[in-house]
Amino acid sequence: MIALVPLFPLAAAAILLSTGRRWRGASAGWLASFAVAASFAVALAELSSLLSKAAPARHVITTLYRWVAVGGFSVDISFRADPLSSVMTLVVSGVGLLIFVYAIGYMRGDPRFPRFFAHMSLFVFFMLVLVTAENFLLLYVGWEGVGLCSYLLIGFWFERPSAAAAAKKAFVVTRIGDTAFLLGILLIWAKVHSLDFEVVFHQAPALAGGTVTAIALLLLGGAVGKSAQLPLSTWLPDAMEGPTPVSALIHAATMVTAGVYLVVRAHAIYAATSAGTEAVALVGLITALYGGLSAIAQDDIKRALAYSTMSQIGFMFFGAGIGAPSLAIFLLVTHAIYKALLFMGAGSVIHGLHDEQDMMKMGGMRRAMPLTGVLWIAGAWAISGIPPFAGFFSKDEIISAASLSGHTVMWGFALVGAVLTAVYAWRATFMTFFGETRVEREPHESPAVMTGPMTLLAIGALLAGLLGLKATGGVLVRFLQPVVGLPPQAGQGLSESGLTVISTVLALVGFVVAWFVYGSGRFDWVALRVRLAGLKRAGMSAFYLDDVYATVIGGPAKLAAAFTAFAIDLRIIDGIVTWMARGVGMAAVYGRRVQSGLVRTYALVFLVGVVGVLWYVAVKI
Amino acid sequence: MIPAATLPHPPLVFGPLSPELVLVGAGLLVMLIDALRPGNTGRFLASLTFAGIVAAGIAAALLWNWHGPTLVLGGMIAADRYSVFFRLVILVVAAIAVVLSQHYLERSGEYRGEYYALLLFATAGMTLITASADLIMVFLALEILSLSLYLMTGFSFRRLASAEAAMKYFLLGAFSSAFFLFGLALAYGATGTTNLAGIATRLLFTLAPTQPRGVLLPSPALALVAAAFLGIGFAFKVSVVPFHMWTPDAYQGAPTPVTAFMSAGTKVAAFAAFLRVYTVAFGPLTNDWRPILVVLAALTMVVGSVLAIAQRDVKRMLAYSSVAHAGFILTAVAAGTAEGVRDAMFYLAVYAVTIVAAFGIVMLVSVRGERNLSLDDYRGLARRSPFLGGGLAVLLLSMAGIPPTSGFVAKVAVFSAAVRAGFWPLVLVAVLASVVAAFFYLRLIVVMYMREPEVAAAPAGETVLTRLAVGLPVAATVLLGVLPGVLFDVLAHPSVLPLGGFGFGL
Amino acid sequence: MESYFQSYGVLLGLLVAGVGLVAVAFVAARVIAPHRPSPSKLTTYECGMDPVGEGWSQTQIRYYIYAFLFVIFDVESVFLFPWATAFVRLGMQAVVEMVVFVVILAVGLLYAYRKKVLQWA
Repeated sequence: MIALVPLFPLAAAAILLSTGRRWRGASAGWLASFAVAASFAVALAELSSLLSKAAPARHVITTLYRWVAVGGFSVDISFRADPLSSVMTLVVSGVGLLIFVYAIGYMRGDPRFPRFFAHMSLFVFFMLVLVTAENFLLLYVGWEGVGLCSYLLIGFWFERPSAAAAAKKAFVVTRIGDTAFLLGILLIWAKVHSLDFEVVFHQAPALAGGTVTAIALLLLGGAVGKSAQLPLSTWLPDAMEGPTPVSALIHAATMVTAGVYLVVRAHAIYAATSAGTEAVALVGLITALYGGLSAIAQDDIKRALAYSTMSQIGFMFFGAGIGAPSLAIFLLVTHAIYKALLFMGAGSVIHGLHDEQDMMKMGGMRRAMPLTGVLWIAGAWAISGIPPFAGFFSKDEIISAASLSGHTVMWGFALVGAVLTAVYAWRATFMTFFGETRVEREPHESPAVMTGPMTLLAIGALLAGLLGLKATGGVLVRFLQPVVGLPPQAGQGLSESGLTVISTVLALVGFVVAWFVYGSGRFDWVALRVRLAGLKRAGMSAFYLDDVYATVIGGPAKLAAAFTAFAIDLRIIDGIVTWMARGVGMAAVYGRRVQSGLVRTYALVFLVGVVGVLWYVAVKI
Repeated sequence: MIPAATLPHPPLVFGPLSPELVLVGAGLLVMLIDALRPGNTGRFLASLTFAGIVAAGIAAALLWNWHGPTLVLGGMIAADRYSVFFRLVILVVAAIAVVLSQHYLERSGEYRGEYYALLLFATAGMTLITASADLIMVFLALEILSLSLYLMTGFSFRRLASAEAAMKYFLLGAFSSAFFLFGLALAYGATGTTNLAGIATRLLFTLAPTQPRGVLLPSPALALVAAAFLGIGFAFKVSVVPFHMWTPDAYQGAPTPVTAFMSAGTKVAAFAAFLRVYTVAFGPLTNDWRPILVVLAALTMVVGSVLAIAQRDVKRMLAYSSVAHAGFILTAVAAGTAEGVRDAMFYLAVYAVTIVAAFGIVMLVSVRGERNLSLDDYRGLARRSPFLGGGLAVLLLSMAGIPPTSGFVAKVAVFSAAVRAGFWPLVLVAVLASVVAAFFYLRLIVVMYMREPEVAAAPAGETVLTRLAVGLPVAATVLLGVLPGVLFDVLAHPSVLPLGGFGFGL
Repeated sequence: MESYFQSYGVLLGLLVAGVGLVAVAFVAARVIAPHRPSPSKLTTYECGMDPVGEGWSQTQIRYYIYAFLFVIFDVESVFLFPWATAFVRLGMQAVVEMVVFVVILAVGLLYAYRKKVLQWA
């Protein structure tokens, strides 16, 4: 039955790709939504069938046929139904369905409306393959497929050169990670002679330590690329060039979390190597802080959310790295809900303001768009980890788990991350929805087809936390236990209630800071910023004067934010990627000169080859 | 006088040669008709050629279950499934090439009847080489296909680029033939035979600790030199760096259907012989020739992929991509295992079908003759012609090795063979090269999908036949990506390996 | 191995001796002969016509085609002679094969004729 789940979006994609132009109006969108709804229904049925079994028996493998069989190398097309894939399919199809419906409103009138839904359906298909695959190669198929669709959708509005450039960048950067992933898969095959999860995870503990670590790090490389973690993070903010539903679905809720899924799915491998898990935790924590700092420095509402996503996924990696994979999945689920909500809210505002994304040109939006405002605030509550919304349960549990598992130093840094989360979430909220209005065109509230899904997600953001309610022992955590085991239990570090109080207080501190600067009205931060900008209006620097000012008032965090956003992101990492691409390009240009068109040159190169070969033979003899 | 029956000669069993006999017969017929009935016979001769290829295909398919002797005509020809597999691949390519050629020649006004005869002779050379079990036969077949292709490359001789391409291809081809012939002579000098299986047997005598007396002592050192020279001859034909220099010029200058035909056909045929000679004749020396192939494979993949980036001409870009693919295939050859041979066979079949269709689409975009070949001419192609744009996109994705296309499965299979042989550095280079390669394939897709077209009109002149000629390969590309088992099952037969290969206790 | 290469030793010796002989002759001539150049001595040919034009000149393509046709039938006859001495003992099959071979070449000749290759104008 699990094999049916990806089938519906594939059918929708095939229909829309072949007969796209015949679907008038919004019909293509409804067709695609219907297909995703069907997937969701099947996923629900799958869930109930799993629940009807005893916990240890909750895994069903469906093999369709033998895919590749050559020599000793054989791989099946086989799907896996277990608690983890069940949760993932529900998230992908459930959140996906709401975003599809929202997109019908958002994309209305676009000349390539059917093609948009064709690509979106194809994406959902590959994503579902990714999360239900039973072996690494099939997972890789989904992995590359979502990358391809992400690329097509980022560049959907290719009339904008920046969109095409961003699409290419996303593809190239993530492919660097994919290379590592593929090498990891090949290494697994070389050592285990199978790519099936069952076999590989069973044998993982028996492999040599170095091998397991190498595999773990290579897989992590793939995860880092796909999930926009440092150092392969630069493509995600640029990817915001895509239509907002794309950002919500692919670059917030599902695809970018595929890396987390991979690490959690392969936790048997990571469990066998402490170096691997430490690397996961470290990468996650650093990215969480980096993303959080960068998010504070953004004026573009979608870029702020992109850095926020990066940061949140960092938390998920962190959770997976400190031995709490089920909590990482919990955060993945809740994040998918509230981040999709925030993106939809952002999209609603952008839509209402006729494609304005600069938060400097917003403000006071809650008056013009009351429903969007309320729903956004629900999302902001959720992400900043203030009870009783979902983020409180999921993110803070990861932070607590860091303490419980004895990672005290990391726990300290993670708390800083929690503060940053609250700061950037509420900064965006106050800048957009509160204060004086700075809009240039009259905003309007979005239609019901957009606000409807948002409302559902807001309810989800409120209720999803229940999945992790300690009183029930954590429904989700217990459901996932047969696959990934339990997170660290109380024993080391502070008591759980103490940890909860600390992180809640810190989240509130973040909220207060953001409110104090951006929401209280005590600082005329806009005027101050404008005045400073007038003093020194040299391009980029005006942007960062905000942060110079903030340094004086808000402390060193803002300086660090400016530094990370500017120095690390733009100069160093982007520089490395650009430099590598340029290096290959230079090699190509110089190499082309040898191709002079003269036969004598060609014969000479030929002879050089002959001499080389003979030299080898001579040595050999 | 000695009685007639006393002079011993090998029994003449022509069955395993039937596809070649059909092809040459059809070629002669085409020549005759063209000579006796000059005029506008293009369509008729094209149909005749197509029929000849189909007949040869049937003859080849019937050989799959050949029950006669496995080596016929004095050990010159091998009747094994290995040759049948490659013959069928080559004949499919040739059939597509006929359809494309007919379209091209009619529209460019360069039709002359010889073209189809040359195409049939070239095809005969290609299929013959796959069945050759003797170095003499390999050389003959190699020359048959090369000479025909030199002429076909320069077929549009009024266009300077075409004449220049033919000249370069010919000069360098003659150069490489000399090396091949030298290798052949050395192989004979080293082992006293030109028969592939015979060379292997003689080599085994030397390598074995005890040598039977009275046998001409073969020299493994000399045999290795011979293998090197023969390998250089093949490396030239399949465009392995640094013997690839002719490839971009010849592919760019040749009429596009000829490029389509030779990019796929020559590579398949030459690799078929390459694999057979190296695994059968020089099988006992596998450990000696492996390292050099590893180095050449790495070099080829990197140079091909990197230089393709700098190209603005689509034919030239595909030419470099073809160089890079030679490297990927060589990776499987270098593994030097039965599994590697199977993977290379799969890769070759997939590659041949993909590249012939890709050049076919390039030809259709050109509309007439050699126009619209720069990247800019592909702006918005997906909008102007969803069929051509979409088809080319699928083919490019396959060449880039992105799932779920056949190219992905082929690459994974090749990598797995190299991994199993323990060539980790080579696999690393291969994976990195495929990342670089993905970039320029993708660039063309970007141009087709994400640039505004300069002209709104779709390339004119598609016919049902050309649609089929490029559409079926596209369908096969997807099908073999989803259901590669169709082909792998065929390749799983033990008898699909070259006759006598790997029988030496590797 | 070594004995194998040693069997080429004589050949190598002969080669060295041959080259040496020529070299010695040339060097001796250069050393012994008096050197008194004059304009007429430096011309390419001391007697006869002065060379005119470039060393590179184009030859009519037809010469090549005739040369090709000649080589083909030359090879055919070379092939026919040994066959003629043995075909009685090889039997009917050999006759048929040779007929096929000759017919193929004849087709080529017919083709050349029809394409007007044999006319010189």
